[in-house]
Amino acid sequence: MTRWLPRAYLVLVYLLLYVPIGVLVVFSFNDSRSGYTWGGLSLRWYQSLFNNNAMVEAMWNSLWLALSAATVSTIIGALTALALHRYRFRGKKVLNGMLFVVMMSPEIVLAISLLALFLLVGIQLGYVSLLLAHVTFCLPFVVITVMARLSGFDESLPEAARDLGASDFTMTRTVLIPVIMPALLAGWLLGFTLSLDDVVVSTFVSGPSYEILPLRIYSMVRVGLKPEVNALGTLLLVFSLVMLMLSQWILTRSKR
Amino acid sequence: MKKTLLSLSNLTKQFDGKTVLDSLNLDIYDGEFITLLGPSGCGKTTLLRLMAGFEHADAGTITLSGEDLTGTPPEHRPLNTVFQHYALFPHMSVFDNVAYGLKMEKRPKEEIRERVEEALAMVQLQDYMRRKPHQLSGGQQQRVAIARAVVKRPRLLLLDEPLSALDYKLRRTMQVELKRLQRELGITFVFVTHDQEEALSMSDRVVVLKDGVVQQLGTPREVYERPANLFTARFVGETNFFPGEVESIHDGAITVDVFGLKRTLRRPDFPVREGQPLHVLLRPEDIRVLDPADEQGVAGKIVERNYKGSTLDSVIHLDDGTEVLASEFFDEDDPAFDYRLGEPVKVSWVDGWEWLLPEEADEPVHEDALTDA
Repeated sequence: MTRWLPRAYLVLVYLLLYVPIGVLVVFSFNDSRSGYTWGGLSLRWYQSLFNNNAMVEAMWNSLWLALSAATVSTIIGALTALALHRYRFRGKKVLNGMLFVVMMSPEIVLAISLLALFLLVGIQLGYVSLLLAHVTFCLPFVVITVMARLSGFDESLPEAARDLGASDFTMTRTVLIPVIMPALLAGWLLGFTLSLDDVVVSTFVSGPSYEILPLRIYSMVRVGLKPEVNALGTLLLVFSLVMLMLSQWILTRSKR
Repeated sequence: MKKTLLSLSNLTKQFDGKTVLDSLNLDIYDGEFITLLGPSGCGKTTLLRLMAGFEHADAGTITLSGEDLTGTPPEHRPLNTVFQHYALFPHMSVFDNVAYGLKMEKRPKEEIRERVEEALAMVQLQDYMRRKPHQLSGGQQQRVAIARAVVKRPRLLLLDEPLSALDYKLRRTMQVELKRLQRELGITFVFVTHDQEEALSMSDRVVVLKDGVVQQLGTPREVYERPANLFTARFVGETNFFPGEVESIHDGAITVDVFGLKRTLRRPDFPVREGQPLHVLLRPEDIRVLDPADEQGVAGKIVERNYKGSTLDSVIHLDDGTEVLASEFFDEDDPAFDYRLGEPVKVSWVDGWEWLLPEEADEPVHEDALTDA
């Protein structure tokens, strides 16, 4: 008798999670202008999306920003994690704690302080300020992902490589990096998605010279929701699914 | 004449103020199988890591056939290590793992292929070259680790408890295999273990370590039959300690009172005086269990019997409470040989099979002497 109850609960949870996304995808193909009535199948919103130059430009800006922010934070984050893992040095605990401070502090605080910093130092608000801000909030996630991998890392592997004649540099290149590669990829992807959908910090530190997608959409919503946004949402959904599958594929391949 | 290959002198190492090795001296001969034996924390692994170059000594030197290695980084030392948990590179195939050291030497491709195949054939893994380490069993991974270490033809092979992760049967097989490899390759093996049975059965010489100090250095037979001190006696094999007291001293012999028995024993190397207490050590297999009616021997009774297949091991409580372990071989004439629990017996041993050790400060012959001090 009670067997259907957990199942119904499960179905309900999944419905709540996926119905809105499903509706968005379906309505992106809706010919009607209204968001509530079905007017037949059409690709007109995709067309109008691609004719909207400002939108397309914002999309490319966002992708480029996410790509560079993820890459820079992965490089700095991996080195930080390695230093924290391998060496004992003065201020190690402080550094470790600061990472969590950045991660836990409300985004609005980070946004205001970064803005104040940029104005103080005299950095033009635009790509550079966005990149610096995004690297800042992506960094702790990368460090923690890589640290988690390193904590399960067999310490005798680097020793074995050295023992067999590898210099420290060669060991890092041929053993350490390949072994922590899955964590580097995971950290990169995390940074990429964090950067791609950030609104709060970006609102504060972006300038008119460099408009990014989340802010563009946000401003569009304010003047009234156009079904173009559904089309854009669907495209982003497909893009992130492809990225996810790609990363899974790389991870399973590297395990073999 | 034995040639010294690796010479350690006055090696000292501390970790956070705790002395792990205390000015240790050791000469390792060319071509020998030497084992560092001791309980965990005795410094044996640290000693191995100093030889490999993973740790740096606070003081002392390491020389390899006259050449000073003390400050040389591990990649420039002509010796290789087999790690406790194998440390195979998980992202590389078996072939690439074994080839790693040769690639570092920038050997030609053809030579690398030949030598890797040869090394893998030696450990009977030539059919597994394309596998990844996680597709192999523990024993196979162990053999890859050995092949990877010997493919560079090191002067010295360091093995850090390499068999501790294997099950008993596989361990025995690998012990035999390691011995065979060592003979065939002629490489000096430095083997670290806490398993005394393994140490005795494999080594040419055994170094017994405790608290970073060498307790005894000798052949397995010397270490087992003539332990240098109580620690070695207790750590290597089972031992019965009987309290004795010197009654009189003669040329080359002394008369010792053990449980009221007057036995004339070989005079030990250490100085003795009349009335001196000393430990009389007897291995369980040296004990003779006699009929209670027998004239000689100390009376007691059987409290435990343990059938071991080829031996019958028993525990005997002497009348004064001392516990004695005895291990007797089955006799073909008396296949039904056995004891009842509680059966009265007498305990003795064959003259000359005992080993005498003097009192040690923290281990007096009579336990109540400790409270007096």
